[in-house]
Amino acid sequence: MELTDRVYVAKARSGDADAYRVLVERHSRSLFRLAYRMTLNEQDAEDVVQESFLRAYRWLGRFDERASFGTWLYRIAANCALDLVRARRRRGEDLAAGGEDAEDPVTALPSGAPSPEREALSSEVRERVAEAMQELSPAERTAFVLRHFEGMCIEEVSRVLDCKPGAAKHSVFRAVQKLRRALEPLTGAAR
Amino acid sequence: MNHLSEEQLILHYYGEGAGEALPVEVHLEDCASCRAAYAALQRVLNVVDGLEAPVRGAEYGAQVWERVAAQIPGRRRLLWLPIQGWAPLRWAAVSAVMAGLLVAAFFAGRFYPQPRRAAPMAAADPKAGERILLVAVGDYLERSQMILVELENANAKEPLDISSEQERAADLVGESRLYRQTAERTGDTRVAGVLDDLDRVLLEIAHAPSHLSPEDLDKLRQRLQAEGILFKIRVLGSNVRSLGEEGAGKRL
Repeated sequence: MELTDRVYVAKARSGDADAYRVLVERHSRSLFRLAYRMTLNEQDAEDVVQESFLRAYRWLGRFDERASFGTWLYRIAANCALDLVRARRRRGEDLAAGGEDAEDPVTALPSGAPSPEREALSSEVRERVAEAMQELSPAERTAFVLRHFEGMCIEEVSRVLDCKPGAAKHSVFRAVQKLRRALEPLTGAAR
Repeated sequence: MNHLSEEQLILHYYGEGAGEALPVEVHLEDCASCRAAYAALQRVLNVVDGLEAPVRGAEYGAQVWERVAAQIPGRRRLLWLPIQGWAPLRWAAVSAVMAGLLVAAFFAGRFYPQPRRAAPMAAADPKAGERILLVAVGDYLERSQMILVELENANAKEPLDISSEQERAADLVGESRLYRQTAERTGDTRVAGVLDDLDRVLLEIAHAPSHLSPEDLDKLRQRLQAEGILFKIRVLGSNVRSLGEEGAGKRL
């Protein structure tokens, strides 16, 4: 945990809202990236970010100051996103279900200036990646996003998921295996 | 060595196989089958990398804070904590300064070369005038805040052209003085103090070199943070907005 985070957390716990503002401003973008990759939906990701900071604020008193605030926040955000993904699945609203109102996974992908990687992906490939991600269970998706996109080590992933490192590792394994099954035909064809 | 398992390949890809990296590397050198499997894994995971998240700019954090702050229970009380010395008098102070501002707007309307629109309305209808003043003060604080936020969020690694911020700061200096002098006349020394701080900061920005070096920018930021000026004007702005909304609600 950065010293500055520690200082701001202490101030926020003593009632300094401006200190909490600093924490929000500092962690918003990384939290949004995590939330987006978990939910695959921009508006859902915005909701997750907001809800995560509200929950974190309410629970500041429970935060162990020796721990990393960023990891703690990620755990809250991952759980918010998990709640949302699970709720959608229960209601059959997951994007993969392809309901009429479901956002098209392809059009839900970020817009803006294309990066070389983005350009390299045909719309079909992007669609398949989004679909494959949605085939992952919520826990697999979380573990994979944290390990693959956020670059967390298995230990950190396990702390966010509040599980043993072995369980986190197996979630990552299962996620990668599912992604391979779904995407290998595409990458093989592209070889 | 037997062929590498899929799990070993995945761990190797992520650099997680503690102590196994070298044996795995050696095996991959020697085993075409495992090398092909590893290359296939790399291709899949590289494709997944294309799932980029939409980019959020430097201002995103402030936008999130706006939304979060609006929903924090008891935020108004919390926001006042760092200046608790005037907490018991806060409503009285804010009301007094608003009344003062009303008077100032009235006199400004009479004596300034380019009268503000609010003044005649304030004279004709004090409640309407007060709401307009609240809007004007809120707008002034918001514009000041935007300048400070832009400077706080600017890229600190390169020289920065702040001519646009300077122009806007210079425009705001006159208004700041008017509000501060009104607060002084009505005896709201702490409110006047905040406005005085803001006035000095705006002046400093307006008269600074138009191109700030990273060091100058850092010094300015440190000073802004040390004074807590951004927080103070957010507090004042928040209360001004609340008063404005309450006033409008009562009218409706």
